[in-house]
Amino acid sequence: MGKLFIHHDLVNDDTANKLVKICPFGAIEYKEGKLEINAACKMCRICVKKGPKGVIEYIEEPVINIDKSQYKGIAVYVDHVNGKIHPVTFELIGKARELAKKVNYPVYCIFPGFQIFDNAEELLHYGVDEVFIYDYLELKHFNVETYTAVFEDFIINKKPSVILIGATTTGRSLAPRVAARFKTGLTADCTVLDIKENSDLVQIRPAFGGNIMAQIVTPNSRPQLATVRYKIMNAPQRTDEANGKITVCSMDTNKLKSNLEVLKITEKEVEENISEAEIIVVAGRAIKTKQDMSLAYELAEVLGGSFAGTRPMVEAGWIDAKKQIGLSGRTVKPKLIITLGVSGAVQFTAGMKSADYIFAINKDPKAAIFSVAHYGIIGDIYEIVPKLIENIKKEKGLVGEMPKYAAPSTRN
Amino acid sequence: MKIIVCIKQVPGTSKVQVDPITGVLIRSGIDTKMNPYDLFALESALRLKEEFGGVVNVITMGPPQAIEIIKEAFMMGADDGVLLSDKKFAGADVLATSYTLSQGIRKMGDFDIIITGKQTTDGDTAQVGPEIAEYLNIPHVANVLKILEVTNKDITVEMDMPETVEIVKIKFPCLISVEKDIYQPRLPSFKRKMQTKNKEVRVLCLKDMEDKDEKKYGLSGSPTQVERIFPPDENADKEIWEGTGDELADKITNKLKELKFI
Repeated sequence: MGKLFIHHDLVNDDTANKLVKICPFGAIEYKEGKLEINAACKMCRICVKKGPKGVIEYIEEPVINIDKSQYKGIAVYVDHVNGKIHPVTFELIGKARELAKKVNYPVYCIFPGFQIFDNAEELLHYGVDEVFIYDYLELKHFNVETYTAVFEDFIINKKPSVILIGATTTGRSLAPRVAARFKTGLTADCTVLDIKENSDLVQIRPAFGGNIMAQIVTPNSRPQLATVRYKIMNAPQRTDEANGKITVCSMDTNKLKSNLEVLKITEKEVEENISEAEIIVVAGRAIKTKQDMSLAYELAEVLGGSFAGTRPMVEAGWIDAKKQIGLSGRTVKPKLIITLGVSGAVQFTAGMKSADYIFAINKDPKAAIFSVAHYGIIGDIYEIVPKLIENIKKEKGLVGEMPKYAAPSTRN
Repeated sequence: MKIIVCIKQVPGTSKVQVDPITGVLIRSGIDTKMNPYDLFALESALRLKEEFGGVVNVITMGPPQAIEIIKEAFMMGADDGVLLSDKKFAGADVLATSYTLSQGIRKMGDFDIIITGKQTTDGDTAQVGPEIAEYLNIPHVANVLKILEVTNKDITVEMDMPETVEIVKIKFPCLISVEKDIYQPRLPSFKRKMQTKNKEVRVLCLKDMEDKDEKKYGLSGSPTQVERIFPPDENADKEIWEGTGDELADKITNKLKELKFI
C-alpha cells in the first residue's frame, strides 16, 4: 500500500507535459504551473516507472502483515442445481490440484445443498482430499444469503488460503458477497492461475476493457478468491477408485434464515449451447448488414458447426446474446473456430483462444486477432467466404442442392 | 418508493492498447460515456417511479468529469445525483470501490431498492453490486430478467440461473442487478436537459463520509494489487496468408481438408 508523492521542485513545463502525456487515464493535470494527480488515478504507477525520473515518487506505507501460515488448502465451490454438479467444478478441481501440489496444500470442495451425499461421492474420483458438505433443507436451492453463511462457517473453521469459484451466474453473485464479508480480494474471470511459494495466488485476466492483461495478487489478505469461467481450465481424468473423504458439517441454522424467498423454478428449454460446439464460425464487425450474417450462418452450416458473434453484433441486435463469445458472453473451446472480420479485442479472445485451430479472416493486417490465430488470412470476407462455402459444398458433394438458408435471427 | 441507481463513467471505446516494447498504455483519447449496462438500471428505476411514485437518485464514483454522466441521468429523469470524488479514492479495486459506494449511499438517506447494471464494460467483473449489498447488509439478486410485482415491502423478480429461471421475492431494502434488455432505455430529453441545466450535483469526498479512515479507501483499502500489465501472448506458431479472395478460399479449403474438418 502506498501513495504517489510529487516532488514539486522538479516540476517544470517539460517534465509536467511529459507526465500528463504518459498517464493512460488522464489523471495528471498541469494547471498554472502546478502539477496534480486527480481521482482518475488507477495507481498503475507508469508515471513513476516511465516518467521523467524522480518527479513522482511512490511512497510505501507500512502495513501490518498477516500470518499467511494460518491459512492452508485450496477450496473449490461445487456449483450445482439440485445436486447436479456443473462441469466447471471439475475444471477448477484440476487447477486446484496443480496449485496445491506446488505448495503442498490439500484440495477441498465446499458443497452446500440438500440430500447431496451421493453427488459428493462423485467428486472423490477427481483427486479431492476432502469434501465438506452442508446438508440442509434451507440449502436446497441457491440462495446468495444462505450460501454465503455456509462459506462464512467453512472459512472460519477450515481457513483455506485460496477459494476458486466457477464464474457462472450463481458463482458471480456468490463470490463477491463472500469476499466482502471477509474484506478480502476477489479477481473475476481469471484466465491463468499460478501460486507463489509464499502462497500468493497469481491471477491473470484481461483488464481495462482493452488489449491488456493484468497480473493481480492478493498479498496481504486471506482467503484469496478468484472466479474462472467454464471451459478455461482442464478437467482431470476421472479415476475408477475414489480417494479422499467426505465430511458432513453442521452449522447454526439460525444463520440460514433469509430475506429472499424462491417462489418458483422453471427449467430452461434445452437450447443449442455454443460452449459445447466443436466447430464455430464467428461473425464480426466487418459484416455490413444483418442479411450478410447469412455468410457466417451458411459457412457454419456446411461445416456442420455452430455460429456465434462478437459483442458489437449482439449490441446491433443481429445475433442473440446467448451466441456471444467473450468475457461478457460465453467461453468456448472448440476444435475449430473461424472468425470472419473479427478485430480480436482481448474481451473477445479471452473467450476463445484455447480453441485447437483458429482461422481468422480480416482485411486489416494489424488486427489483434492475428496474434491469437494459427492461420491468419488477410483478405476481405466478402471475397473469400462465398468461394469457401462453394468449395466445401463441392468437397462434401453438396453441390446442386443449393439449400436456401434463413437469416440467423429467425433460427434462434 | 426511494430508488438509488449506481452508475459509472467508462471509456468510450475499448481500444486501449499496450506498447509491446515500452509496456506503456497507449491512450486512445479521453472519450467517455455512461456504462451502457447502467442505462437499463436507470430505465428500470424510472419505470418503477412512474408506476409507484417516489424518487430516483443516482450515485457514481470517479474523477470530477464523471459529473457528466450524472447530468445525463438527469436528462433521462433522475431526481438527484451524488458524485464521490477524492484523490484518496484512487486506485480502488472491487472491495474498496464497493466500500466507498456503500459509504456514499449511507449519506443519501433511507432507500427501498438499489438498482445496478449487469456489469461495466471496462472492468467486466459484475462484482461491485453484490459487494455493496454485503456492506449495507441487505439481500441482493443478480441477473434480474424481469420485475414481476412490487408491494410496499418487497419486490418479486425473475432471475436467470445457469439452467433454470427462478422467481424470487426479496424484502426491502435490497439491491438488484438487472440484465441488458430488461426494458428499452429512453433517450435523454431536450426538455429535461434545459430544466436540469443548472441543477446541482452533490460532490462528496473522504471527509464527508461516516468512516473517514483513509486505509479503507483507494489503493490502501484494496486487497488486490496489479503486479504488472502486459500485452497478451502472441501465438508463436502461426501462419499468415495473403492473396486474392479465390486463392485464399482454396488455401483454407485445403488446410481444412488436411486437418480433416471436411
